[in-house]
Amino acid sequence: MARFTDQRETVYKVDPERPETKDLPILRTEELLLNMGPQHPATHGVLKVILDLEGERITKSTVVMGFLHRGVEKLAEYGTYHQFIPHTDRLDYVCAMYNNFAYCRAVEKLMNVTVPERAEYLRTIVAEVQRIIGHLFWLGTQALDIGAMTVFFYTFRDREILLDWFDELCGARLTTSWYRIGGVERDFTDSLEAKIRHFLNYFPPKIDEYVVFLEKNRIWLARTVGVAVISAEDALSFGLSGPTLRGSGVDYDLRKYESYGAYPQCEFSVPVGRNGDTYDRYWVRVEEMRESIKIIRQCMDHVPKDGPVMAEVPSVTLPPKHRVLTNLESMIQQFKLFSQGFDAPPGEIYCGTEAHKGELGFYIVSTGGGHPYRLKIRSPSFIHMGAFDHMARGYMIADAVTIFGSYDIVMGECDR
Amino acid sequence: MHSLAERIHGRFADGVLRVDEWRGDLAVTVKRESLHAICRVLRDDPAMDFDYIVHVSSVDWPDDEERFEVVYEVYSIRHRHRVRVKTRVPERDCSVDSLTDIWRGAEFMEREVFDMMGIRFKNHPDLRRILMPDDFQEGYPLRKDFPLQGKGWRDTFDFLNEGAA
Repeated sequence: MARFTDQRETVYKVDPERPETKDLPILRTEELLLNMGPQHPATHGVLKVILDLEGERITKSTVVMGFLHRGVEKLAEYGTYHQFIPHTDRLDYVCAMYNNFAYCRAVEKLMNVTVPERAEYLRTIVAEVQRIIGHLFWLGTQALDIGAMTVFFYTFRDREILLDWFDELCGARLTTSWYRIGGVERDFTDSLEAKIRHFLNYFPPKIDEYVVFLEKNRIWLARTVGVAVISAEDALSFGLSGPTLRGSGVDYDLRKYESYGAYPQCEFSVPVGRNGDTYDRYWVRVEEMRESIKIIRQCMDHVPKDGPVMAEVPSVTLPPKHRVLTNLESMIQQFKLFSQGFDAPPGEIYCGTEAHKGELGFYIVSTGGGHPYRLKIRSPSFIHMGAFDHMARGYMIADAVTIFGSYDIVMGECDR
Repeated sequence: MHSLAERIHGRFADGVLRVDEWRGDLAVTVKRESLHAICRVLRDDPAMDFDYIVHVSSVDWPDDEERFEVVYEVYSIRHRHRVRVKTRVPERDCSVDSLTDIWRGAEFMEREVFDMMGIRFKNHPDLRRILMPDDFQEGYPLRKDFPLQGKGWRDTFDFLNEGAA
């Protein structure tokens, strides 16, 4: 399918065969340079893109990033492993839980800690709730960027329910820090369980509600179908991951193929698109929300009724809070773990986790001692931006917003 | 030895320096000169078929003669396996062949390594700083000899005096 028809050639050019057109206004055709951002409402943070334009069409784009660079990887080298958990909240501040999860999994792999079964289920439930929050946030803002405002209010209404649930779970809505190395910070209460069960019945009809707004909307379809197509080979070569890669038809989901948490015990499918356009990436995310509901429901049914939510490895994991407040040894243990850290074995690991944006990985090099020697964050947003120039060429200025919207970028994670 | 490592070693007997397997991760350390050729085989050999680049990273070991370590992690969608390829770079000739012609995603990842660690990638199409400002004068922040609070460049910035006027 041709991407566009060149109207300039047909309408504006002086036709030597038709002398009467020579006085008509001619469209100026020189290249234009347009700075988009750093402060642009649709850049989801602080991102600048320099667009080379021919008319309204992008011929080349240069991404300028780093406005939100805070040196998280450097900071990690100066703190203990436990101290780094709150830093991960600030990577992708829209979905802090998944960052915590990815980081804790990486450290558990380094320390060879096994998480108790109940904790694995709780972690999976919360991670999937976070995935729904992430996709709702994405759907609302992406539709808003494209000009469909109504969906935003609907998705944010439902996101709010889940954020209040997080608030009850750990006392924070966004920067949660609920995961701990070896388990989670606290167990669910009865009220939390009742609320999530209620949500499981409440939410699926709401997905259909959003879909009606969009899939029957001509403007939405015109702005997404066939826009920013990337082939499966290119998507792989660029290292795209998550829904952005699956929209191009590549079946790559770490929850399935390098399974972790309670995912091996759950039955779910991985939605895979066909065309690799913005619409397929949207479709994948909507279907993933339905799958998340399935996963949460199975986890709620199969979670062991009681049991520890933190591994008992005193040299690595934190003691339970009630023991810290009543028992001297536990308090000393907690203090030592936070101030000096635990003694990690020398070695290096990479651990990737399927966050809702894509593969969020941590590469940790340890030389022993309480601090990571080097900690590298493989952030999906950063790597997705590498494909921006390739995907934007030939499309209109207005599509630039659609393209980085369809990666679901958050600059906090992109710039780290 | 891991079957993948055996296969790589079979093709490049003198290019592979070390094979480590720890916590289920396979890491192959290769000679700097052979990195590009090995990675091309990793992608093109149908039995390995590493078509997906996961990340490019770097580690600074100031006490070693070959000070920097460049780390590539690749994955195969068809075979569902992954390997980490590492190579060492000395400080006086701080460069390595770019892999952008094998995996296009390496372009941004290598730019980040250049920005943070100062390793030059030969034949890279656009080797500029990416996260730090273009006029950043203090060197490379993730090197071990770079202080956490910077070297004082930020103190030279002009600030608007909002209390006055």
